[in-house]
Amino acid sequence: MSLLIAEALLIDPEAGTETEGAVKISEGKIDRVLTQPAEIEAEMFRMRNILRCGGKVLAPGIVDLGVKVCEPGERHKESFRSAGRAAAAGGVTTMITRPDTTPVIDTPEQLEFVARRAAQDAPVNIHPMAALTKARQGREMVEIGFLRDAGAVAFSDCDSVVADARVFARALTYARSLGALVVAHPQEPGLTAGAAATSGKFASLRGLPAVSPMAERLGLERDLALAEMTGAKYHADNLSTARSLPALERAKAAGLDVTAGANIHHLTLNELDVGDYRTFFKIKPPLRSEDDRQAMVEAVASSVIDIISSMHTPQDEESKRRPFEEAASGAVALETLLPAALRLYHAGQLSLPQLFRALSRNPARRLGLPSGRLAPGAPADLVLFDAHAPFVLDRYALQSKSKNTPFDGAKMQGRVLRTWVAGEEVYARG
Amino acid sequence: MSFRQRHLLGIEDLAPRDITTILDLADQYVDLNRAQVKHADTLAGLTQINMFFEASTRTQASFEIAGKRLGADVMNMAMQHSSVKKGETLIDTALTLNAMHPDLLVVRHPMSGAVNLLAEKVNCAVLNAGDGRHEHPTQALLDALTIRRAKGRLHRLTIAICGDIAHSRVARSNILLLGKMESRIRLIGPPTLIPAGAADWGVEVDDDMAAGLRDADVVMMLRLQKERMDGGFIPSEREYYHRFGLDAEKLGHAKPDAIVMHPGPMNRGVEIDGTIADDINRSVIQDQVEMGVAVRMAAMDLLARNLKAKPEGVYA
Repeated sequence: MSLLIAEALLIDPEAGTETEGAVKISEGKIDRVLTQPAEIEAEMFRMRNILRCGGKVLAPGIVDLGVKVCEPGERHKESFRSAGRAAAAGGVTTMITRPDTTPVIDTPEQLEFVARRAAQDAPVNIHPMAALTKARQGREMVEIGFLRDAGAVAFSDCDSVVADARVFARALTYARSLGALVVAHPQEPGLTAGAAATSGKFASLRGLPAVSPMAERLGLERDLALAEMTGAKYHADNLSTARSLPALERAKAAGLDVTAGANIHHLTLNELDVGDYRTFFKIKPPLRSEDDRQAMVEAVASSVIDIISSMHTPQDEESKRRPFEEAASGAVALETLLPAALRLYHAGQLSLPQLFRALSRNPARRLGLPSGRLAPGAPADLVLFDAHAPFVLDRYALQSKSKNTPFDGAKMQGRVLRTWVAGEEVYARG
Repeated sequence: MSFRQRHLLGIEDLAPRDITTILDLADQYVDLNRAQVKHADTLAGLTQINMFFEASTRTQASFEIAGKRLGADVMNMAMQHSSVKKGETLIDTALTLNAMHPDLLVVRHPMSGAVNLLAEKVNCAVLNAGDGRHEHPTQALLDALTIRRAKGRLHRLTIAICGDIAHSRVARSNILLLGKMESRIRLIGPPTLIPAGAADWGVEVDDDMAAGLRDADVVMMLRLQKERMDGGFIPSEREYYHRFGLDAEKLGHAKPDAIVMHPGPMNRGVEIDGTIADDINRSVIQDQVEMGVAVRMAAMDLLARNLKAKPEGVYA
């Protein structure tokens, strides 16, 4: 069945435009994108199934790189069903899942389990990542070829750094021969060990073990050198500090096949938000200074940082209600990703096309997916939202099983109204 | 006299007048402690539980004597050997104890912020007896009382805090307290033991004892916390003693009437020369211990008054 989504503000991250118009979808794909009044009028006359949006924003659905669904192992924290609902409610039409589950996704058999569970239970697209080394221990590479055949879109040991440069170099070299993307969260593990905060006045006053942001730059510089050496496809994810940016710019200018990502929390919060040991603000790497946050937002605007992701990490109450040093890291963010990102739009720092370039188009492109575009032939993965609707976030209203969001009680602006995946409506508000 | 705090979690929460209130009352308790009959019934009928998740001899003994002299029923729980080892979380431990209706809970814990977390879950008054590297408020108060009695004031003094600042909750609480009372603070130690961002605290930082001790009124030595070090902060104890240990020569740079303090337990020959520590003209280390009991009596007395002021069964 065809549908005409009319009277919407269309965000085209590819062209960098926002225009009033309509989108016709049929058979799961975008059929036409209409911006000329005469064309729209003609199509509205022809079509029976029309959704009038009253000027609300229509954008390509978010492609979220690095979502943790706690299946297998910790289904009480998050399942494919609950994560899928949260994604749909948050305008995320594609989740790229992390392999740092228990057990680690490091064999084709485990990857098939994930793919099957995802297809059964989640209303959105799911593409799994696999670990880069067995059990994420940084010693032996996984079966990159088999895993790629089984559907792994990228390979990552997530927050566990492959400390041995020789192992990492070999894995990059091998991955390159298969054209596989390697995703890393660069840090120097010797410096980050045991740290719960970013070193500086705040962490010292709170008496928290802390790490210098320089640890990230050290890890990134090493990874970039190895990417240059091997020619591999490399994505530095979860970057958080200004000190990382010059190295990144140099690598990109030198033509390396390198991209970079940031976690929405590092773009919208800073270390002072931790306040009196509020563990819902404990993430990894730890929240940084306000200067770092500003630099990261500017880096998204100038495309030094390509991708914004939620780094969705469910944790139950028990693992968070502990002394700060012992408490688990991470935050749920599938549903808060868009309203949090819209803070940057409302602050005048990023335009809507710039935001969706980082949320949808760039991640889809980097992973070789056809989505992330508002163009004929692209999958009809779309999100319709009111960019201005104000609300106060109630964590118990979230779809995720875990409620560990730092935005509980926060005033936010921007609500998802409808979400479509391959032309199917998977979420409609109220 | 007004002291409105419900807990004593850190110096950070106290206003200068709160500090003065505690010290003034503590002065009175010093007199009581020096009398032959050292007993009052200020806390009679109240239950005080000392919960130490980290080994302690002097602080625990000090809190116990303070409570007993004021007539409280005092119980000690050495938590490092108990249910925590069986996997119980801090919050469950707190709730269990809370159900026994203590009035005063004295807590020491190896993690920064743990006492704040626990205080959120109980109905009684909580006193922080040291949490990780964060705060040790009664130590800072007893140091302040010692300084005030020796120097007659807390403002416009030059106070040198020397040694392992990075791992020291005593240093943090003292920096906050003496800063609030408008004294000048110098931190002296090897750069590996000075916390990042210390220069932004409104203190001076030095890595040379001779320069740092110049014209100091108070020299506060800290214990080298070997148990909190996971490797490689200083090359050796003998080099540390040579560069940062307090001996007569280094003390010569301070004012002639400068006093020497140490929160104990001391590592003689590591951070301080034994003869300096024992010099009755300079060292006030034994006075600190005496003031400790008085300050803890005052703090518990003030918190207990707020407990009584609260209507029955209503806890904010």
